[in-house]
Amino acid sequence: MDKSELLKLKKTACNVRLWTIEGVFNAKSGHPGGSLSAADIMTYLYFNEMKVDPENPKDPKRDRFVLSKGHCCPALYAVLALKGFFPTEEIKSLRHIGAMLQGHPDMKHTPGIDMSSGSLGQGISAACGMALSAKLSGDDYRVYAMLGDGECEEGQVWEAAMFASHYKLDNLTVIVDFNGLQIDGTVADVAGLADLDKKFESFGFEVIQIDGHDFEQIEESINKAKSVKNKPTAIIAATVKGKGVSYMENQVGWHGKAPNADEYKTATEELKAQLKALEA
Amino acid sequence: MAESKKIATRESFGIALCELAKEHDDIVVLDADLAAATKTEIFKKAYPDRFFDCGIAEGNMIGVAAGLAAAGKVPFAASFAMFATGRAYEQVRNSVGYPHLNVKIAGSHAGISVGEDGATHQCCEDIALMRTIPGMVILNPADHYEMIEAVKAAYAYNGPVYIRLGRLAIESFNDPDNYSFEIGKGITLEEGDDVTVIATGLVVNESLKAVRALKEKGISARLINLHTIKPIDKEIIIKAAKETGRIITVEEHNIIGGLGEAVAAVTAESYPVPVNRIGVEDIFGHSGPAVGLLSEFGLDAAGIEKKIIEILNNK
Repeated sequence: MDKSELLKLKKTACNVRLWTIEGVFNAKSGHPGGSLSAADIMTYLYFNEMKVDPENPKDPKRDRFVLSKGHCCPALYAVLALKGFFPTEEIKSLRHIGAMLQGHPDMKHTPGIDMSSGSLGQGISAACGMALSAKLSGDDYRVYAMLGDGECEEGQVWEAAMFASHYKLDNLTVIVDFNGLQIDGTVADVAGLADLDKKFESFGFEVIQIDGHDFEQIEESINKAKSVKNKPTAIIAATVKGKGVSYMENQVGWHGKAPNADEYKTATEELKAQLKALEA
Repeated sequence: MAESKKIATRESFGIALCELAKEHDDIVVLDADLAAATKTEIFKKAYPDRFFDCGIAEGNMIGVAAGLAAAGKVPFAASFAMFATGRAYEQVRNSVGYPHLNVKIAGSHAGISVGEDGATHQCCEDIALMRTIPGMVILNPADHYEMIEAVKAAYAYNGPVYIRLGRLAIESFNDPDNYSFEIGKGITLEEGDDVTVIATGLVVNESLKAVRALKEKGISARLINLHTIKPIDKEIIIKAAKETGRIITVEEHNIIGGLGEAVAAVTAESYPVPVNRIGVEDIFGHSGPAVGLLSEFGLDAAGIEKKIIEILNNK
């Protein structure tokens, strides 16, 4: 990608992070850490890759995105709002009574959400079903499923991985947001999950490892996945939980906690400064 | 009247899928390594391109079905009732029920009539589990003809449906030339004034025999076939409560959470009358031939008749 495109993506991702913080702060709850680690990848997919139309969110031919790590929807809501699926103002009522934006993605009520999710391990199976449907109908849309690294402890992820490989779902790209942290501590301490790349490889996936905050690497991996035939691709993206907000970065405590007023102020000031630096 | 050849409702299910698939190319069938038992193999042979074995991974199968439905297909996902509704309960709730996706779940080998496989496979909880999921339709057809029509109705309905299938070959009692199926509408099989028997699934025909035997003994029992457990036919239940003053339910399911409780909830709220539940009395099954087990559990015609007389004598 050229420099202006890269700059544009960085600015959009910065705005996604600002709206993520806005949502979680107004909700007084939610999951900022994993939202911020996944923000760059979601930004790239929706702004540079996926065939989606905010005016026609149910287009049968659209590309699909399943946020299997559904708790990180604050970032997805920010991406969808900035893309034009609904007004950004909606984000301020995230998790409120009567609000459209639920604590976890709700495909019935939120334009742009392709699958309800939140119970870990389930989204990837639904993504397999969508990819299979495209094969059956001869449609050329692609399906993206974003998983957490901790989520890969769920057995269903591997049931789905077997299925995707067995049925040669090369229109499916699984992206693991590998930020290394989960609620009870580091992923390494809680359940191991060693050699995730080898696990996916042995399940029949093409595996690509990238820096999940480097847009050029994201682009390269997404493009490579599109050229892989007869098997699905897993992109394992090394990320920083809480990326972009200094006091949240790499802190387990920011998995599922909203910032207080002072912390909110600090976070927005930091992100606005990053945006200003990009605009300079 | 119906032919006398016995056929299991699982087989009727497989036949119905093929009939539907002739006209509808959006039907996709999934199984979890039990195609030979759930009889989706009938579909697999006829439409191999639209059949997908998910292996022994029921949770993923339900999720794949949800994704297929989200993309516009009409998936029928089959396994044993125990695994489709028990093992995969949470996938059914969150990936199918919550987004109200157009997924049809078929649970075969329901109830104790599984037979020799014993308690681990004799699911007497599936109706209870599925009842708790908002928006889930629950169908429990009683014979071959009813199953054929139920599967067609499930396809025509846009939303999640659970269909209960039996392993045991049973007689068909419905008249195919004079039968219509509507989701949520019970069918009165026998008129009567003294008591109403409401049955569902495999035990409907057994109840029919019991009710006819009771007529010979001077007991006028009404018999209702409630093939749909949810949404439940309140009208037919309340009418029966008003006109007969007493209801006895019969089901091949735990009396906790099944037909009996669903019926009792309707009467308790609208027109309280005594409701007695005949079914599996909160115990696990065990191995043995299906017909012998039905007799042992009091769910054959003789057992049902005996229990009804006991209940009426104790009122």
